[in-house]
Amino acid sequence: MSFLKKLKDKFQSSKSNEEVADNYKEGLSKTRKSFSEKINDLVARYRKVDEDFFEDLEEVLISADVGVSTVLDLIDELKMEVKRQNISDTSEVKTVISEKLVEIYNGDDDETNKELNIKENELTIMLFVGVNGVGKTTTIGKLAHQLKSEGKKVLLTAGDTFRAGAIEQLSEWGKRIDVDVIKHSEGSDPAAVIFDGIQAAKSRKADVLLCDTAGRLQNKVNLMNELQKVKRVIEREVPNAPHEVLLVLDATTGQNALSQAKTFAQATDVTGIVLTKLDGTAKGGIVLAIRNELGIPVKLVGLGEKVTDLQKFDPQAFVYGLFADMLEEE
Amino acid sequence: MAFEGLADRLQNTIQKIKGKGKVTEQDVKEMTREVRLALLEADVNFKVVKDFVKNVKERAVGQEVMESLTPGQQVIKIVKDELSQLMGGEESKIAVADRPPTVIMMVGLQGAGKTTTTGKLANLLRKKYNRKPLLVAADIYRPAAIDQLETLGKQLNMPVYSQGTDISPVEIAKQGLEKAKEEHLDYVLIDTAGRLHIDGELMDELVQIKEAVNPDEIFLVVDAMTGQDAVNVAESFNDQLDVSGVVLTKLDGDTRGGAALSIKAVTNKPIKFAGMGEKLDQLEVFHPERMASRILGMGDVLSLIEKAQENVDEKRAKELEEKMRSASFTFDDFLEQMGQVKNMGPLEDLIGMIPGANKMKGLKNMEIDEKQISHVEAIIQSMTAKERQDPSIINAGRRKRIAKGAGRSVSEVNRLLKQFEDMKKMMKQMTNMQSGKKGKKGKGLKFPFPF
Repeated sequence: MSFLKKLKDKFQSSKSNEEVADNYKEGLSKTRKSFSEKINDLVARYRKVDEDFFEDLEEVLISADVGVSTVLDLIDELKMEVKRQNISDTSEVKTVISEKLVEIYNGDDDETNKELNIKENELTIMLFVGVNGVGKTTTIGKLAHQLKSEGKKVLLTAGDTFRAGAIEQLSEWGKRIDVDVIKHSEGSDPAAVIFDGIQAAKSRKADVLLCDTAGRLQNKVNLMNELQKVKRVIEREVPNAPHEVLLVLDATTGQNALSQAKTFAQATDVTGIVLTKLDGTAKGGIVLAIRNELGIPVKLVGLGEKVTDLQKFDPQAFVYGLFADMLEEE
Repeated sequence: MAFEGLADRLQNTIQKIKGKGKVTEQDVKEMTREVRLALLEADVNFKVVKDFVKNVKERAVGQEVMESLTPGQQVIKIVKDELSQLMGGEESKIAVADRPPTVIMMVGLQGAGKTTTTGKLANLLRKKYNRKPLLVAADIYRPAAIDQLETLGKQLNMPVYSQGTDISPVEIAKQGLEKAKEEHLDYVLIDTAGRLHIDGELMDELVQIKEAVNPDEIFLVVDAMTGQDAVNVAESFNDQLDVSGVVLTKLDGDTRGGAALSIKAVTNKPIKFAGMGEKLDQLEVFHPERMASRILGMGDVLSLIEKAQENVDEKRAKELEEKMRSASFTFDDFLEQMGQVKNMGPLEDLIGMIPGANKMKGLKNMEIDEKQISHVEAIIQSMTAKERQDPSIINAGRRKRIAKGAGRSVSEVNRLLKQFEDMKKMMKQMTNMQSGKKGKKGKGLKFPFPF
């Protein structure tokens, strides 16, 4: 772990670097330094580009839950690039690493599809999907609050008719932030609730309708079919809707997140990811693999329990976060 | 599932070795690399993997593998041995206090499934151990968490102690315990709020609850899909609370569940239960040795057998087997057999449990259409009793009638008849094989790996 040790020394020795570590502790959102600078710092501590160097890099990425195959591809590409350009000095390899990593996340997409697709002067419908316990309902509550404070008329639909207390949970959010919630009783047909939600949104002239759904594991075929039905109902009732299908992912999830993204995307054409619980020690690196393999962008991140802790995704801050831990290690 | 199991992973390396007469150290190195990747892809923590692979390598480089005729299998065997050992031997039991009530505290991150597990555990305690549990709603933070537990209590027809959200969880836990004593209930399950392991204030609260009620068990509830971070979570909950066991939830998903290994390795606390579905009776005793197979992606034969035993009437199965042997197997038997298989649950799940199944052509990633099965059922049900007993009498006219009755095409009826004939032929061959030469018993039916 000499690579890591040197890094840590560096970060502790100089003042400005200490700040970086503190910033990270305060939350990813507060990271000011750019990701490429961080990589520069890292690489500068390792003098020779050798197997040890790559192994350490590999471990750093894997420990952040970046998909194993994504990491291996990346390392292979790096090795090749290093060979091709005949790089032996780490100071030269840094540009290559930062390029590659940002490339993985950014792909060749433009900026437009990273923002939430919210229509002006017409009803915007967002459908929230995901496995159990990732924070769908909480995310809806937070997002509803934010949209409302931006002056939008928001309506919520309690499409989780399965889990005990789920409807009450959304209703409680509605009460807290003073937003109406359309609901049926527990055990009723989710598609029917969502249908009612859409009708209510139309007649009350709401700007945004946020639809909650029950958490479901992606390998339950029947439950995925149910979700498809919900989406069909939305498509039928409002042209071009749903404007967003957001897959809510728990940042603590490991490789299975890839399977989640694949299956949910197949069933509901997921348009974006909400990465929750990023305020823990989990890094959610798997979204890199998801972005790499499936092209689905992260649109929002949950950085804490407060209503304001749901924020826009900042790729640079995120990628830095993947490495930050190793700076404090040992 | 997108990931290859260890067996798949090792295929290539083994292929290379096969031609050679000897396994070199380099070969072993390559194989252990595959082991490492397989474990990492299963979400086992990289530090745990590192130590683990080191152990495997030591054993593998020794005589065991080098001199083996089947080095690939030998490596898998070593890995599985080591893994099973690490996962912990036997299943562990739930504590019973000398003086009731026994107090159980449920702790964990948000969304791990504490409240649901609390309900499931209460149900299990009553059903299996004939106990009377009290559920205590100590999650005052998440909106409607108390409602959730109360709803579960209603569904289970079990008492729930709640005090709303204005009283501290410590106080609620204490009062809940008093209440259980008054009413002579013998288990108290305290559902606490989900919290991050790095949230000092909330972790303190758990410590206070622990001091106040002195629980006999503290269960850390962990999502089976957790990635590399599982070690951090488990370590810090364990450091602060000294948990007594782990409950792994959402294991009915398609995750490999390497988190289980990470947790076991860093805390050395047993995983006692596993959540296997959304319904309240779907909490099972955790089987460490089965988890080892799952992490390696090698199927779960034991669970399959157990499922079969639960759902298949053994006497009928024997009769059917007899019929197969004598080739007097009819469409009626076929129908019955299909019904029994259907009882065992979704076919995809079953296939996933068969070792090597994902290597079989066509089976990998196959989505079995349950509708197809009902079509077959419809066709058989459209046959007369006589036709079912003796399919050879089904001529063109009868075929047409059957197709009409089942609402399927004639070609589908033809296909089924053909398949049925083929199946009967196959059974005959199998029977011959088994009753024939002793030494070749079961050849061609062997599972690809010896476990």
